[in-house]
Amino acid sequence: MDTYIILQHYWWFLVSLLGALLVFLLFVQGGQSLLFTIGKTELQQKMLLNSTGRKWEFTFTTLVTFGGAFFASFPLFYSTSFGGAYWVWLLILFCFVLQAVSYEYQAKKGNLLGKKTYQIFLIINGVLAPVLIGAAVGTFFNGANFIVNKANLADLGMPVISSWVEYHGVQLHGLEAALNPWNLALGLAVFFLARILALLYFINNIADEDIHSKSRRQLWIETALFLVFFLTFLVHLLLQKGFDTKAMDWVAYKYFTNLIEMPYVLAILLAGVVGVLFGIVKTLLSAEWNKGIWFAGTGTVLTVLALLLLAGWNHTAYYPSLADAQSSLTLENSCSSFFTLKTMSIVSILVPFVLAYIVYAWRALDLRKINEKEMTENEHTY
Amino acid sequence: MITSIETSLIDWSRAQFALTAIYHWLFVPLTLGLGVIQAIMETIYYKTGKEFWKTTAQFWMKIFGINFAIGVATGLILEFEFGTNWSNYSWFVGDIFGAPLAIEGILAFFMEATFIAVMFFGWNKVSKGFHLASTWLTVGGATISAIWILVANAWMQYPAGMEFNPATGRSEMVDFFAVALSPVAINKFFHTVLSAWIVGAVVVIGISSWYLLKKRHAEFAVASIKIAAVFGLVASLLTAWTGDGSAYEVAQKQPMKLAAMEGLYDGGSGVGLVGIGVLSPSKVSYDDGANPFLFKIELPKLLSFFAQRDLNAYVPGMANIIKGGYTLPDGSIAISAKEKIEKGKLAIQAFGAYRKEFDKPEGQRDLALMEAAEATMKANFKYFGYGYIKNPADLIPPVAPTFYSFRVMVILGGFFILLFVVAVWYSFKDKFEKAGWLQWICLWSIPLVYLCSQAGWAVAEMGRQPWAIQDTLPVGAAVSKLSTSSVQITFFIFLILFTVLLIAELGIMIKTIKQGPAAKAE
Repeated sequence: MDTYIILQHYWWFLVSLLGALLVFLLFVQGGQSLLFTIGKTELQQKMLLNSTGRKWEFTFTTLVTFGGAFFASFPLFYSTSFGGAYWVWLLILFCFVLQAVSYEYQAKKGNLLGKKTYQIFLIINGVLAPVLIGAAVGTFFNGANFIVNKANLADLGMPVISSWVEYHGVQLHGLEAALNPWNLALGLAVFFLARILALLYFINNIADEDIHSKSRRQLWIETALFLVFFLTFLVHLLLQKGFDTKAMDWVAYKYFTNLIEMPYVLAILLAGVVGVLFGIVKTLLSAEWNKGIWFAGTGTVLTVLALLLLAGWNHTAYYPSLADAQSSLTLENSCSSFFTLKTMSIVSILVPFVLAYIVYAWRALDLRKINEKEMTENEHTY
Repeated sequence: MITSIETSLIDWSRAQFALTAIYHWLFVPLTLGLGVIQAIMETIYYKTGKEFWKTTAQFWMKIFGINFAIGVATGLILEFEFGTNWSNYSWFVGDIFGAPLAIEGILAFFMEATFIAVMFFGWNKVSKGFHLASTWLTVGGATISAIWILVANAWMQYPAGMEFNPATGRSEMVDFFAVALSPVAINKFFHTVLSAWIVGAVVVIGISSWYLLKKRHAEFAVASIKIAAVFGLVASLLTAWTGDGSAYEVAQKQPMKLAAMEGLYDGGSGVGLVGIGVLSPSKVSYDDGANPFLFKIELPKLLSFFAQRDLNAYVPGMANIIKGGYTLPDGSIAISAKEKIEKGKLAIQAFGAYRKEFDKPEGQRDLALMEAAEATMKANFKYFGYGYIKNPADLIPPVAPTFYSFRVMVILGGFFILLFVVAVWYSFKDKFEKAGWLQWICLWSIPLVYLCSQAGWAVAEMGRQPWAIQDTLPVGAAVSKLSTSSVQITFFIFLILFTVLLIAELGIMIKTIKQGPAAKAE
């Protein structure tokens, strides 16, 4: 394999890793959506907000970095998907804007809209963001309606190279992603997974018996719903066709074939699924055990990483075009130049260092659990 | 089916991006400036152990936190709007522009996001030293993130270190350091960040002055003013210096922008700098012969000096740049805009011819034709973007907003230097507390410093129109293919959302200020 191809695969790995971390960090959104389900008193709600809420910047930053890394390494995706699937991406951003201010503003005097409104904003973000992100990621497998023609740059009247095609005669600019049942299944799987992770984080991070017992009870429901949607998506994925860049055509059972041809990805996927299930099941079986978040969290990262590697590696178009298969985006036709990928790869050597200080600072803050005393006495709380 | 890009789509896409950028820049400078000031205060607490400084630092951190959240929110939209509204731009320059953005995410945003949580919630959870380090790392992360986005912006004003590749249909980076360390980028970074420090300093002095006017928290207010005034004075002097450097770079790389900043239609040698002036509404075209000014006070020869470091140097006006024919600093003769447009069209046509062959299966391509097309394209690529320009007059940016914004920025910039000198003098002579007139001026300087800061960006961004990438890609060729109504809807959604959140932010800030530094956080 020549160095350029290795770099393309390396950057797909990094983008996939960021995507996987983003899905894990959606536990913040999961926590928001559970605010009134788990928190029955104002104090409990405050503890819940301060538990997952103190991590919102990580989710936010990971989304920004995911976007930046995609822009830098696969600019044709950035250009085609963001410019075309306009509405679905802007809705996701809109949700995140609401979230960014709501934690800080909701309990403050003079906040114009009142505490309840900001908490509703948090719930909107908590529900819509995971579903829409899941549905958008679903298009990596199920395709989207676009055409790419780089020669258009020479058309002085309409020099735009990527254009979005109407969906059954209506221009939905990406909203059609949420109408595809398989995308929706992934969106709902992500949503319920985010809620599972939030419950596990509450159990780990809050010192309150009532919240623990409610979280454990709720975990049963969320797990059942998650399994329904995740297995629906997974089974369909293994049975569906994919666009093969060697054959330059649609190939049956493409993703199943990818798993077989990349056993290390299969191993990552299995390890991930086992991690998620272990984290959930042991929490459900043991009333004292509170480490479920770390197993389920790591499992989430591994599972999503494996799924995204399936989407892009092994000669697979990671963004198949339903309107014109030859316009499908592949690692080769959508990536940055060799020089840019090489330069950014040098910078990426710092990633482990960044991860290390995140872990260090996270641990330092989480050593002391959230409790009622801190909520009433601390200098700064949400 | 849309067959050509509508002007209204370009205008609404620009309006949406401008709206987001304006709102984003309402919050970022305070984050950068106040961040350093509160870190200095916490450092004093760390050194002296006095609770007074802890309370002081914590109060300013509260203000910082309220402001930070909405700055982050608007920044997210800005990043993704490159893709959503400027998709062609994203492909055309993604290879260069995306890299600083990714580096910014990896190196700066995570630093900021990680340590800001420790800064806000870690007072009783980590050691004093770790907390102080976290505060400085939060500020450091914010400042480093400014480096990379400003490198990207500078590259749009002066596209260095790249080559166009017809096989991929985009510009590609060939020299990272030419991009990251271009003189425009270095000047832009220092000028922008230092000007943000001025915003932080004026806000601290203004709020502290309000306490003095209300006869509350005098010790806190005077201590804050002393730190902010010295910090602001240093920042404002350095901003003026880097501003001169920025103007010099504009003169070299974007002469049309400089001419618009000065309302200069017909240039010459030994040109004066317009100190104050009123533009004439009867001047509607660069070649209508009308006097561009109703009134102006000019400082003789100064524009020539600032632009070329020579009192008698030639500075072209907008009409000269359109018509060409004058001698450039390198001794060559400037070609007219019409010729540039023709050369640009040649480059684009050659690219089209190249692509027509390139898109055929290998073996069926006419390699000689491709080679000839590539040679023609490269010979004319300098003017590639001009090929999309329909009329030479379209190359002139909006003169009035550029001209007035420049004056607002410079005049207010001078005022702030004076204000900081007076504030330093009065605060260190222990006279500030009794100088009610000065306290009023400082309080009313808060809106003025935001006006000044916004005006600076207005000059930079409006002055470079019609270019998304200087000389390479005009906004009309950079925009996404969307329906105008979609962009109109999102424009109004964001307008309403950002405005409501701004009002909420101001409401919370005013309440927090009224509560004062000793109040317990909610």
